[in-house]
Amino acid sequence: MNQENIRNFCIIAHIDHGKSTLADRILELTSTVALRDMEQQLLDNMDIERERGITIKARAVRLKYTADNGENYVFNLIDTPGHVDFNYEVSRSLAACEGAILVVDASQGIEAQTLANTYLAIEHDLEVMPVVNKIDLPSADPERACNEIENIIGIPAMDAPRISAKVGTNIKEVLERVITDVPAPKGDENAPFKALIFDSYYDQYKGVIIFVRVKEGSIKVGDTIKLMATDAQFQTVEIGYMGATDLVPVGELKAGEVGYIAASIKYIGDTQVGDTVTTIENPCDEPLPGYKKVNPMVYSGIYPADGAKYQDLRDALEKLSLNDASLSFEPETSIALGFGFRCGFLGLLHMEIIQERLEREYNLDLITTAPSVIYKVNMTSGETIYIDNPTNYPDPALIASAEEPMVEAHILAPSDYVGNIMELCQQRRGFFKDMKYIEANRVDLHYDLPLNEIVYDFFDALKSRTKGYASFDYELKGYAKSKLVKLDILLNGEMVDALSFIVHADNAYSRGRRMVEKLKENIPRQMFEIPVQAAIGGKIIARETVKAFRKDVLAKCYGGDITRKKKLLEKQKEGKKRMRQLGSVEVPQEAFMSVLKLDE
Amino acid sequence: MMNKKAGIYIHIPFCKRKCPYCDFYSVAGCDIQKTDYVNALISHIKSYMDKYISADTVYFGGGTPTALSANQLCEILNAVREGFSLTEDCEITTEANPCTVDYDYLKTLRENGFNRISFGVQSAQDSELQLLGRLHSFDTACKAVHDAVKAGFDNISCDLMIGIPGQTVDSLCDSVDKLSQLGVSHISAYMLKIEEGTAFDCDSIRSSVADEDLSADMYLAAVDRLSKHGFEQYEISNFCKDDKRSRHNMKYWNLDDYIGFGPCAHSYFEGKRFYYDRSLEQYVSNQYSSQLVEDNSPDKLYEYVMLSLRLSDGISKETYISLGGNEKQFDKNANMLVKASLAEFTDIGIALTPRGFLLSNSIILKFLE
Repeated sequence: MNQENIRNFCIIAHIDHGKSTLADRILELTSTVALRDMEQQLLDNMDIERERGITIKARAVRLKYTADNGENYVFNLIDTPGHVDFNYEVSRSLAACEGAILVVDASQGIEAQTLANTYLAIEHDLEVMPVVNKIDLPSADPERACNEIENIIGIPAMDAPRISAKVGTNIKEVLERVITDVPAPKGDENAPFKALIFDSYYDQYKGVIIFVRVKEGSIKVGDTIKLMATDAQFQTVEIGYMGATDLVPVGELKAGEVGYIAASIKYIGDTQVGDTVTTIENPCDEPLPGYKKVNPMVYSGIYPADGAKYQDLRDALEKLSLNDASLSFEPETSIALGFGFRCGFLGLLHMEIIQERLEREYNLDLITTAPSVIYKVNMTSGETIYIDNPTNYPDPALIASAEEPMVEAHILAPSDYVGNIMELCQQRRGFFKDMKYIEANRVDLHYDLPLNEIVYDFFDALKSRTKGYASFDYELKGYAKSKLVKLDILLNGEMVDALSFIVHADNAYSRGRRMVEKLKENIPRQMFEIPVQAAIGGKIIARETVKAFRKDVLAKCYGGDITRKKKLLEKQKEGKKRMRQLGSVEVPQEAFMSVLKLDE
Repeated sequence: MMNKKAGIYIHIPFCKRKCPYCDFYSVAGCDIQKTDYVNALISHIKSYMDKYISADTVYFGGGTPTALSANQLCEILNAVREGFSLTEDCEITTEANPCTVDYDYLKTLRENGFNRISFGVQSAQDSELQLLGRLHSFDTACKAVHDAVKAGFDNISCDLMIGIPGQTVDSLCDSVDKLSQLGVSHISAYMLKIEEGTAFDCDSIRSSVADEDLSADMYLAAVDRLSKHGFEQYEISNFCKDDKRSRHNMKYWNLDDYIGFGPCAHSYFEGKRFYYDRSLEQYVSNQYSSQLVEDNSPDKLYEYVMLSLRLSDGISKETYISLGGNEKQFDKNANMLVKASLAEFTDIGIALTPRGFLLSNSIILKFLE
């Protein structure tokens, strides 16, 4: 295929603005997928993606389109994750394209993610092509949406296609505009081979399959590839392009094309997203710009609810990490919870998704400890250490100063909620930067916030204070000095390491207070009174008491019916199995979960 | 601990009227049904004749045993004497509903060998009795007890219910006072438990019964009051004077053999637990052939822990260990419970205190972990 007739583009949108639905319509219209194979929202093929309406993994598909001008085109549609946790993946997907369709909901207008992703696209020199979706809704106001796009993003939008992906209105116009608006790729087919990895996954028969955008040169089966960041080399066994339902092998991939390479690669760690692929036969000198190794931002301990399932949990994590190079895990031991894993995630959503997949796809019952960010601790000895587990927080006497990661956040919301949002950001130790009116009644609030304040439940709290109207996005900004303390929880006088966390000194009291209240609610009455205490360095700052229960007896013995009593006891015993024995206290799984959602 | 002699339980599944809280098996029953049933029981009981089993307790329970005539009960008892070799000092008990007996009835029982009677009094407050759907007033109960004394019974027990909707600590203590004034030697004080499928299993009753704290308070108050009147607690729910324990019930708790007759009667005999189906018709038509085995080889440790902890004699460390229990676990639990005043050390191990009895389910499970 002549590069002139190739278009590589992605779709960017805020969650629920119709990105995946539009992708489906495009697939349908280009007859890439037979109708009978259409499952709603084809590109999001994990259950969780469909349920949550989000895209977790990037995906790509090649489409054939015959334009109104009679020419045949090849479209490579690259679906990108829409969430800030996966910002780096998004940026690599964008780097594989020349253009981006920006989908804006005609009734909602611009949202925080729209902005973040659009800026990212512009940064990568992509041609941004706005489309106004959901014009079938009674509340649709396409005019307003176009105005917002022009005013806020500053790109012309008055002639943007006005579509309804749901009912299929004006989809063809979008495809025609892709041809006219998105530039064709321009790579030298005869230059040394140079391709960008924008995704990869593990196939149990073929090994790791890498998705690439060929920037220059060409590759054939049998060529030996070299991954420039990891320096790993492999012989290519199969190359091809991504059909809508399966991979389609071809003999050669050339500059401008999007496709896959299989080379019997065993470890996904060898194939970093963002890395450059070249060939030994015709190597390029320089890798493509923009590669970086993604590091986890949030850590938490994951433990099997039933200690005997440790090995199962390990197997499951290993399998998940085959397909998710950004998931890190290593064994850790908690006095309270026994054997488990310290897992690192790109962000909260990533964490939730991994937990959910472990529970759902691997049928595991988990106990998760409070997520922690990575703190930087400057010791009096002059050494600097990084702490991702509150348990390891050093003795305050040895700490010269401590720093915590900060983010730069944008919150977009109707102006009615400004007060509520500011109050929340204030509580979460935010620094107000500025506030812009996007429109007469919508604002963009700009804050610097400590990451540790948003990893718990910030988004939930934001939604509940704005009736769900606020959108939120952030990016990491670096470290800032902070007054941090380690808060410990004691049950019946014994410290529970799995419940310790690091908090700003000013918030320690209220956080401790809420923790003990939540725990009191979630720990059932037991044989003894259980003091639930929060402490900083041995000093108790909050206390609640779970009263001892008084009566737990089956007094009557049913005329010699011993078996019946035994059955009732057995039932009670089953219930106990779902509890964790911490010292002398039995703690249900929900208690661990409850302290993660303190705002409720 | 094992008593070689068995206990005999006879279930009489008839009641004039079903009490709304009760889920024991019983039917109203007409005369023909009763006759058929008595005959079926008698032949079933006699079938044990060639096993030469010696028994030292007989217990008629229900339902309402006194829904049968005194003669019918005596007829059944005679069959027991034929089927089993009863010891001289055999304890022979029948449960009785106060309003189904009079002096003559009781006299007949006594003359034919019954020597213990257990009245379902439940409360000394008529309003509470009405709520429980009982057919008797407290006066009727008093009269029945007096008649029993007159008829020659010197081992009389009364049931007392704790946790009746609307009951207070005061009304309960008043009931204890009044029962002890009747001169009975044994009181069983049961906490009302709402059983699934009974008339009490409804929102209005569930919402009006005592909550956890109140029922615990009432139980402790009753134990205390009973002890003031000279009743010694020997089991979670049972109290007696002059060591007049229910020897039959003790068999359940001591893991001794007992053989039950009648639908829904349970047995522990020859190492297995079995019972008969909850159907009068079936029992009458095919009798003991329909024995249902629940447990062929009951877990001795489990049952020992579960049952011994019901008794004020308590659990023996030696027996616990001999049945496979872990010594360290025993000591750990024992120390923890004693420290919390939920148990006291005894010569052989520990025994629960009244507060401990209230938590016995959790405590039992601790010893079985």
